[in-house]
Amino acid sequence: MSEEIIKNIIVRENEDYIINMGPQHPSTHGVLRLEVCLQGETVKYIIPHIGYIHRGIEKMCEAITYQQIIHLTDRMDYLSAHMNNEAVCLCVENALQVEVPERVKYIRTILDELNRLASHQLWWSAFGMDLGALTTFFYGLRDREMILDIFEESFGSRLLHSFNAPGGLMHDVHPNFQKGIKDFITYFRKKLPEYDQLLTGNVIFQQRAKGIGIMSREKAIAYGVTGPSGRGSGFSCDLRKYAPYSAYDKVQFNEILYTEGDTLARYKVRMDEMWESMNIIEQLVDNIPEGDYTAKMKPIIKLPAGEYFQRVETARGELAVYIVSDGNKTPYRMKFRSPNFSNLFVMNELAAGGKIADLIAISGSLDLVIPDIDR
Amino acid sequence: MNMIFNYIREIFRAISSLWAGMRITGKYFVSPGQIVTQKYPENRATLKMQERFKGEIIMPHDENNQHRCTGCGICEMNCPNGSIEILTNRVPNADGKTERIIDKHIYHLSMCTFCGLCVKTCPSDALAFGQEFEHAVFDRKKLTKVLNQPGSSLKKEAKQ
Ligand code: SF4
Ligand code: SF4
Repeated sequence: MSEEIIKNIIVRENEDYIINMGPQHPSTHGVLRLEVCLQGETVKYIIPHIGYIHRGIEKMCEAITYQQIIHLTDRMDYLSAHMNNEAVCLCVENALQVEVPERVKYIRTILDELNRLASHQLWWSAFGMDLGALTTFFYGLRDREMILDIFEESFGSRLLHSFNAPGGLMHDVHPNFQKGIKDFITYFRKKLPEYDQLLTGNVIFQQRAKGIGIMSREKAIAYGVTGPSGRGSGFSCDLRKYAPYSAYDKVQFNEILYTEGDTLARYKVRMDEMWESMNIIEQLVDNIPEGDYTAKMKPIIKLPAGEYFQRVETARGELAVYIVSDGNKTPYRMKFRSPNFSNLFVMNELAAGGKIADLIAISGSLDLVIPDIDR
Repeated sequence: MNMIFNYIREIFRAISSLWAGMRITGKYFVSPGQIVTQKYPENRATLKMQERFKGEIIMPHDENNQHRCTGCGICEMNCPNGSIEILTNRVPNADGKTERIIDKHIYHLSMCTFCGLCVKTCPSDALAFGQEFEHAVFDRKKLTKVLNQPGSSLKKEAKQ
């Protein structure tokens, strides 16, 4: 496979007809520039240009303490803010060998899944809009609003939570937390079938998604495409199953796998994951144990010298955190392996040879969040 | 024959799928059920944010214009963005020793990322999140605020 990738290295030719998609194209969901070479309406190749919102988060982390790093991770994949926070917290906790209270584990897992739901809802809304179905945007955001209200009630913020702290949570959740979630699940179980009626079955949508941008399992593995995009190609990569963290070892759920590998398969994985997320939340929400919302931590956290690694499953795939510590209160080096970075670079393979309209469908189905790529 | 039959069946399936979607939008058009949008500028008088809403950092003062900030500088140290500056004065107290009191607690709203670390780490619980969210101003300088009110003093029982 790797030889094949090397063979596929793109060579620009002088007579190539090149247009730029982005950096401010609404369909790219952020400041991403795709250099698209066209032959008529057929895409010859795509070169993604990244870095338009590079903020140097990894470098910034080297100057601030572990508690302060948390709020920067919010700003990578802002739609999976809670999972990003959790990845750093878990890494620090493992390094210090702190046992967090059960209550924290349960709440973190519930919030992970709520965050995943909110993220998939927004993706569904935007994906429909990319393909010309503006209606989905209103329906998706209407339901997402209920999750954001739960977030706002407990953490005070809707998107960038900064709610995790090494050792536990910043403060306890709101007393209405459980009730709000149960109301939402009852509500959303009724609304999710509407999504299918609105978009999934729609003939125009089907025609634009079926058989478009086929990614084989080998290709997904070779490019490191994880998350729902990888699982749409039959690449079984759900870390919640394979490397359970927090309370994922206490719940029953299915890993969603589709083998077609096309845009429709990636779409279906996310739709089914929404059902699974609701199942997971329902198993946990009534059993949140009482207890402290944080383990006892020193005000200044110093990791013992060494290297630490932790992976979590965000809404878009595998996020890995790698910390090198020299024993100080700031990390010596911090590295994030962000899922979107790998997911972006498979795009040339999927879209080359197809039509330019399919490129929009493919980029939508990969569900890219650009700040996570640039960091 | 089979081809024509399939073709017609496809057309009917296509129409029924479009109809399924139209039925939902039509249903919400005639009976919206609940109104999910808010008339924002009109409802400003009644608009209430959630109690934990992170709008800005404030320093609550009581009716005697007293706050709880001792000027220790822990919030300044914990802020990842340098949004807080603490200016202190040294004044002699009743025992004849010099004592550090807060002169100005300067808060740069424009640099704050609402991480909540200052509120969490303040040992005297002097800071809180305010509910104000309409922060648009014409001059950036207006976003730099002095949190302790003029003439305010330290609440005595808050002193450790
Ligand atoms: S607000 Fe709190 S942490 Fe900051 S200087 Fe005052 S007492 Fe210290
Ligand atoms: S909320 Fe965070 S960024 Fe804002 S002033 Fe407090 S510590 Fe600084």
